[in-house]
Amino acid sequence: MATLFEGFTLCGLVQTSSASDSAIQGIELDGDSDHAVVTDSTRAVTLYKVSDQKPLGSWTVKQGQLLTCPAVFNFQTKEYVVVSDNKVIRVWKEEDLNLDKAFKATVSADVWRVHSAPGGELVVLFQRGAVRLLDSLLSAPQQPIEGILSEKEVIRWSTNIVAEKQHFVLFTTEQRGEHFLYVQRLNPNTLQKYRLEREDSGASPLSFSASLRDKHINLLYLYPNGCVYQSVVAVRGPVGLEGVQALPRSLRLRLPVGEGELGAASAVALDEAHVAVVGMPHPSARTGKDFLCIWNTNFQTLQAEILRIVWCYLGKLFVPHGKALSVIPYECQKSSLASALGKLRHPGIAVSKSSVAIPSWNTLLHGDQPQGPTKIVDTRKSVLTVVHLQPLQTGPVEEVRREVEALVSRGDAQDLQLSVGRLACQLVARSQVETAFYAPGALARLVQTQCLCHSMCPDLLLLALEHKDYFLCQLCLQLFPDIPEVVTCACLKTFIGNEVLQTPYSDNLLVPHLKDLNAPQVILFLQYLQFIYLKYSQDVYTQTPVLRSPTMTQIIDWVCLLLDAHFTVLVMAPDAKGLLSNLQSFVKSQVKLFSELGKIEGSLQELHKMKPSKDISQYSIEVIELF
Amino acid sequence: MGEFKVHRVRFFDYMPTAIRAMAFNAHTERLALARMDGSVEIFNFTDHYFQEKVIPGKDSRSIESLCWVGGRLFSAGLNGEIAEYDLENLRPKYSLEAYGGPIWTIISNTQGTQLAIGCEDGTVKLFEVLEEHIQFERNLDRQKGRIISLSWHPSGTHIAAGMMDMIRVFDVPTGHAVQRLLVDRGFGGSKSRETVVWSVAFLSDHTVVSGDSAGKVQVWDGHTGTLVKTHLVTKWDVLALSVSKDESSVVAGTSEGTVIQFQFIAPTLHQQQDKEWVRTRTFKNHTHDVRALAEIETAIVSGGMDTHLVVRPLLEKFDEKSHASGLRKIHFPHVIANNINLSCAKKAGLLLFQFPGQLELWRLGDSDEHGKPGDRLPLKRKPEKLLLLKRKGEDHICCSALSSCGGWLAYSTVSSVRIYRLQTDNNNISITKVSKLPKALHSAHQLCFSSDSSKMFAASSQSSVLVIALTQSECKYVHTLKPKSGSRQPIHLMTTSGDGKWLAAANSDCEIHVYNLQKLKLHCIVPVYGSCPSAMGIHPTTNNMTVVHADQQVNTMPSPHIKQYTDWSRKLQKQGLHNVWLDRDTPVTHVTFNSKNPNQVVLHDMHMFCIIDQSLPLPDQKTQFYNQMTLRSLSEQERPSHLHAFKICKTFQDLLCVSLLDDQSLVVVERPLLAITSQLPAPVRQKKFAT
Repeated sequence: MATLFEGFTLCGLVQTSSASDSAIQGIELDGDSDHAVVTDSTRAVTLYKVSDQKPLGSWTVKQGQLLTCPAVFNFQTKEYVVVSDNKVIRVWKEEDLNLDKAFKATVSADVWRVHSAPGGELVVLFQRGAVRLLDSLLSAPQQPIEGILSEKEVIRWSTNIVAEKQHFVLFTTEQRGEHFLYVQRLNPNTLQKYRLEREDSGASPLSFSASLRDKHINLLYLYPNGCVYQSVVAVRGPVGLEGVQALPRSLRLRLPVGEGELGAASAVALDEAHVAVVGMPHPSARTGKDFLCIWNTNFQTLQAEILRIVWCYLGKLFVPHGKALSVIPYECQKSSLASALGKLRHPGIAVSKSSVAIPSWNTLLHGDQPQGPTKIVDTRKSVLTVVHLQPLQTGPVEEVRREVEALVSRGDAQDLQLSVGRLACQLVARSQVETAFYAPGALARLVQTQCLCHSMCPDLLLLALEHKDYFLCQLCLQLFPDIPEVVTCACLKTFIGNEVLQTPYSDNLLVPHLKDLNAPQVILFLQYLQFIYLKYSQDVYTQTPVLRSPTMTQIIDWVCLLLDAHFTVLVMAPDAKGLLSNLQSFVKSQVKLFSELGKIEGSLQELHKMKPSKDISQYSIEVIELF
Repeated sequence: MGEFKVHRVRFFDYMPTAIRAMAFNAHTERLALARMDGSVEIFNFTDHYFQEKVIPGKDSRSIESLCWVGGRLFSAGLNGEIAEYDLENLRPKYSLEAYGGPIWTIISNTQGTQLAIGCEDGTVKLFEVLEEHIQFERNLDRQKGRIISLSWHPSGTHIAAGMMDMIRVFDVPTGHAVQRLLVDRGFGGSKSRETVVWSVAFLSDHTVVSGDSAGKVQVWDGHTGTLVKTHLVTKWDVLALSVSKDESSVVAGTSEGTVIQFQFIAPTLHQQQDKEWVRTRTFKNHTHDVRALAEIETAIVSGGMDTHLVVRPLLEKFDEKSHASGLRKIHFPHVIANNINLSCAKKAGLLLFQFPGQLELWRLGDSDEHGKPGDRLPLKRKPEKLLLLKRKGEDHICCSALSSCGGWLAYSTVSSVRIYRLQTDNNNISITKVSKLPKALHSAHQLCFSSDSSKMFAASSQSSVLVIALTQSECKYVHTLKPKSGSRQPIHLMTTSGDGKWLAAANSDCEIHVYNLQKLKLHCIVPVYGSCPSAMGIHPTTNNMTVVHADQQVNTMPSPHIKQYTDWSRKLQKQGLHNVWLDRDTPVTHVTFNSKNPNQVVLHDMHMFCIIDQSLPLPDQKTQFYNQMTLRSLSEQERPSHLHAFKICKTFQDLLCVSLLDDQSLVVVERPLLAITSQLPAPVRQKKFAT
């Protein structure tokens, strides 16, 4: 489970002339985990204390000079290094006040980036692809720098990685629409060139990110069509292989980009299962809105999302956004299906439905054909040509319902999941814009296809709540496997029903939201829970499994959670006294029962251990090997 | 070494019968054991509990009790007859109607001059033991109610008799009952049921110990007829009692499958003089009734409904851990596994299963597929039962043989031999009985065919072997091969060489005679080794002979000078076998060879099979003996340095037969003990958790 915590603004940004250009060149760490070195796109380097959101120092170059590379911190010498006007390398310490008085050296070729990593020396990457250690470069600044790259080949992105005492500089280049990855190993120096697979659309990758995992370098790159690919390069790779190797890739994630393409976006791997993506536009948002979301790539679920490029250090995401640089702390728990989907409250139902209810991006995208992506483009187009988008955008509610009905009844399952998601997003987006427009019938029909989930259209449930459309809310609660706890609580505030109790949740995430309920609400809810508990316990054995009735454990879990969240308040409330003493006596009896059960636990476990004997046939011909 | 295709056969549903009685001869250290089907087995306790003899059962015979008089073995049963056994010819010598109805028990006095039997009609009958016979002497005072159990006082003057609800003590010279000991009935519902005194023991100090159906072991004073002590040991029956030689310990077997020991000791340290019978230990090695029990010098031997014989060593009698101090469970007595039940026709892929009442001929299945180790191959053809041949007469089958071509089948009972001609074409099988048999061929301990199926050999009395020539039309007596040693013991193993020149026969005197079949005379006697041969074979191409003994020793002899050992064998004797090999507790029951590789010998016991490769180094004591798993994990290059001569596979368990067919595939016949257990009746009491 990944969570985005509330972000805060680190600093304001100077608006640049073009909207797509960032006002920030780069953000680097220095020796302190709470510090960030921010290099703006023109002349200034500022050191911030992140938690205090205040600048600790700022250095600028003279007017007319330009910083051409983000400042980096040398972890060994505790010095900062920046490059101005492509060729001048400046080195200073935190106590130096004036950058002009600091050490500088002019080198013979244009520098692309200086890279720094804890535990590694500073490395200078030149625009023509040569790599030098900063120390050796500064000892003879005017040394000739060779050109590695061919003409018209330009570096697009670079990074460095220190792994197992081995220092790597990775950079990608573009040449006539082709993209290459260079992996430069230092000491001994070897260079390996890989060709990235071409995306069918011929588009260039929007962003790259590299991380080290299990002795392999994982390169993550995002294309405008929403595809996030991953390629793996072994740290101890084939040394001495000449020529250009093809770099195999695998699709990690396909972002729902709708029809359009991502304008600007960036993806960063947070850990092995989570990827943070920022970009615009967002499928369910109005155009022009950008977003940050964390996706669990193992289960293809949206984990956390806020609508708002990105740097990621030590549990914080740095996102320049509008006029400010935001810092958003995040947390990724170990990836498991349970945490990705919350507790699946009704295992039987969950299992039977999950195959339908949770659209797997893999099935969605690839279908059964491995050459999925091309195929998908075709299907999508075919559906879109069939559906007349016009009525959905402008037509009255009744017409929209008819169109949706027609689509749902005719589409086959494959197409349906894609188109239903898009339709829902469009309808919701329209409702948000036109306050008078709300199509409950159409939306309910879409939810009932069981092709939707919360991740696909996050605003749907909130919209329904807003319109007090409890029928649709209940439908969503029943059918969506991935409703966030905050939304569950929001529903709870408006109405109490069986359905709320059955939604999946994670305890530690629900409790803070439960605290938002007020005391009368809590007491009412507890009374309701006690009522259904008593009702069930009377006929627990004769109880026929009624559709949509919560199980005993669900009820008990909710009681526990409510008490956890509001115990102090309840103890003080006089109307809650009877209720609490009832619950206490109930807990007492339960404890007694369980201690009795505990006594026979050993015997019960023995039963489990009794393995079914292997299938013994009367005759078989087997192959054995003796050594 | 390589891959083997293994035919894993589990369809041989051999079912051993329950153990009913046993008697231990302390002098010869032989245990006689009677089973429910009337068969009697003799185990040699001086030679690794080796089962050296089996007297086949008979439908009408039922044995309730066994008794040794010197080296002579007597039995009595519910058919009302007393029988003495001819242990050289493995058949009853004679049987005698006692005219007292069913007989429940037979005992002898310590002097070995008299036998006493307890009869259904309430009489205790005394018989005089004569040189070649026994003779009825007299009855003791007849009682009302059957005599279930008897025990003779060591002095010979008194006999204690267990009956219904009581024990009687008789004065032997007068024949009068001198004491009447009343045995209480059980409590509750069983109060209305008579108590059966299943077993009594009369000790030198005139103490009588009894075990009864109410679950009690009671100690009585035989002089006064008073009850000294009652031990309630079970809710069910106490079925058997046995007293140690020094009378310091009594063991009782119960229906629960437990054996409970009582010892005559002082209950407190201060009063060493005041000894009494105290319950000390409980052994639980059986699931069902313990019906037969013997406390010998160092161990408790027990057997019962669950069919296996258990030797439970008394650890206080051993100074250090040794081979003899380990618990032994004898599931498949050696002769059953080795000779009696199975024959395997290597050329034709046929299996002959021998049951006491019938023979079954099976053809193995087949598969075209190839697989990697661990795979189970899909079957092209399922195994097929070709033939079910029921025996004639009352006597159980004692041995059978199938020629390697699959064309001849023979079996023998103690009274007759039958030979059949088998013809198989495609799926049809026809069987013709050979009608005229030579007169000399009336019974055999062992049967075997020459490898070209032209001759049949039948082990006869006094270790002699009859040679019978087989042709399409008739079978003709050729010669009787006789050993020079003059041994009277029966032959229990017989094998021929692949070229038809040699025949080897082993008898219970541990002698192995090698006969030259071309000259029809004795070639030599293999150097006598102190332990009985449990399996032997002659290599089909080199004619080297391999013999494995009950003490696990493996010896090989070169041909034709079988009088000496091969270099490999001498090296093995010099270096000694690995302790792990020597510590195995089941005997090797088959020796077969790889005809393609003269260095390889295939052996098996109940728990493993082993391919000995004589070209590899012998393992020393420090070598890991079971090293197949280690070898598997090593790389191709590292392996050779870890190899040793004994390649052991434990994948297959409860083995009755392992044989290498001519196509290099192995046949493994398993009889899972679980399958045997599942056919037993439900035990009276099952262990429940925490009880």
